[in-house]
Amino acid sequence: MADSFDLHSRVALVTGGSRGLGFAMARGLAKAGARVVINGLSEDNLAKAEAALKAEGLPVAAARFDATDRAAIPGGIKAAEDAFGAPIDILVNNAGLNRRAPILELKAEDWDFVVNADLTAPFLIAKAVAPGMIERRWGKIVNVASIASFIARPGIPAYIAAKAGLAMLTRAMAVEWAPHNVQANAIAPGYFKTDLTAPFRDNAQMNAWIVDKTPAKRWGLPEELAGIAVFLASDASNFVTGQTITVDGGFMATL
Amino acid sequence: MTNPLFDLSGRVALVTGGGRGLGFGMAKALAQAGATVVINDLDAARVEGAMRTLAEAGLAAETAFFDLTDPAAVAAGVREVESRVGPIHILLNNAGIQRRHPFVEFPEEDWQAVIDLNLTAPFRVAKEVAKGMIARRAGKIINVASINAIVTRPTIPAYTASKGGIMLLTKSMAVEWAQHNIQANAIAPGYYDTEMTKALVENREFSEWVTGRVPAHRWGRPEDLGGTVVFLASDASNFVNGQLIVVDGGLTCSM
Repeated sequence: MADSFDLHSRVALVTGGSRGLGFAMARGLAKAGARVVINGLSEDNLAKAEAALKAEGLPVAAARFDATDRAAIPGGIKAAEDAFGAPIDILVNNAGLNRRAPILELKAEDWDFVVNADLTAPFLIAKAVAPGMIERRWGKIVNVASIASFIARPGIPAYIAAKAGLAMLTRAMAVEWAPHNVQANAIAPGYFKTDLTAPFRDNAQMNAWIVDKTPAKRWGLPEELAGIAVFLASDASNFVTGQTITVDGGFMATL
Repeated sequence: MTNPLFDLSGRVALVTGGGRGLGFGMAKALAQAGATVVINDLDAARVEGAMRTLAEAGLAAETAFFDLTDPAAVAAGVREVESRVGPIHILLNNAGIQRRHPFVEFPEEDWQAVIDLNLTAPFRVAKEVAKGMIARRAGKIINVASINAIVTRPTIPAYTASKGGIMLLTKSMAVEWAQHNIQANAIAPGYYDTEMTKALVENREFSEWVTGRVPAHRWGRPEDLGGTVVFLASDASNFVNGQLIVVDGGLTCSM
């Protein structure tokens, strides 16, 4: 049987792919057969990520550029396509960041900083990559949204707005590019065990709140995003488009 | 080489209404991923045809003829399947019917028949199957909803209510059983070319509306659901719980 989850003929670009959730998704795609270009900012982290995947015998290359810097994006995409000498079939818009402050204290420049990185950059990167997908009549765009695309908590207003925007930007991509056999979907992770969320686990009260509220009674593990990433990157999802799929152990299904 | 994340070898899957249409398409996909599929349907001829098709493809399948509208038959049927075939790891609640009348003329017995098979039967079957899943600390429940869980058209109030209900019933299962490592999710198909929609497909005006309105510009085919059902039935979705995944070529994310 032709395995619809197989990615052997595909090239994937994962922005912010050297650590955390991005790295876990990059690894999942590579294990499914894709040649994966991981993008990141830190030479060190990229080298470590590349070495770790190569040690597993996985086909990986690194492309160092600032995925949130609009001036750097065209050159970065070019470098990513040069890495394997092949165009990008799968784009995972994963790079993102956050600035924490209550609305009344959030500076306009911090708002701009977050919205630029979490919403404008995915738009620009997709815009650079999609023309080739449209021409080849095959493409998969996976935007990494968040449960904050749907539900809020105090102190992260720009992140919430940007992630909600990214979920709808996904639909904008879906309806424009569906006729060209390009599917755009988003993943909305809940609380996952990464370096970035370590301070939450160190905070006993916060940790207990997250674990108790999650019906699965635990944190998500980064490797638990591999399945959804491969599903949305493969022929298995060819009639799925415009969706934001939450991966949160049931967090959003309960109060 | 099958990706182990999506491998269902050694797992028993019960598919209600699996004799034809979308149910059969999904049963086939589960079998192709390695599962031993148990086809539940009341129509013996239909099941025979389904079994023949699966056997010709070299796929493992069993039958179960219990009546989903009879609570005692469901309890006995689930026990019988588990003793004959093995513990049920995957439950696909797919059986469903449609009745069309304008709202003010909708006969109460038709309302009752639709609610009973589309909503109450999944509750009944899941209740019996989950007991074993909880004891074994492993299980996947997939409820087949519809885009009518979100949007509707005139003359299908009972179907719409049943599908809206199953979406939230899915969340009830998710929040109660997540702690036992059971994931419950739903699939919402859009417009598919099946026996049940034959009249719509053959209605030129309606068919043109569908292909014009769906961003992918085509009817769905039963095999378009294969990837989603295998994803939700496999370890690839172990932190995905309480979700409704819409598989509609972008229909419900466009105006």
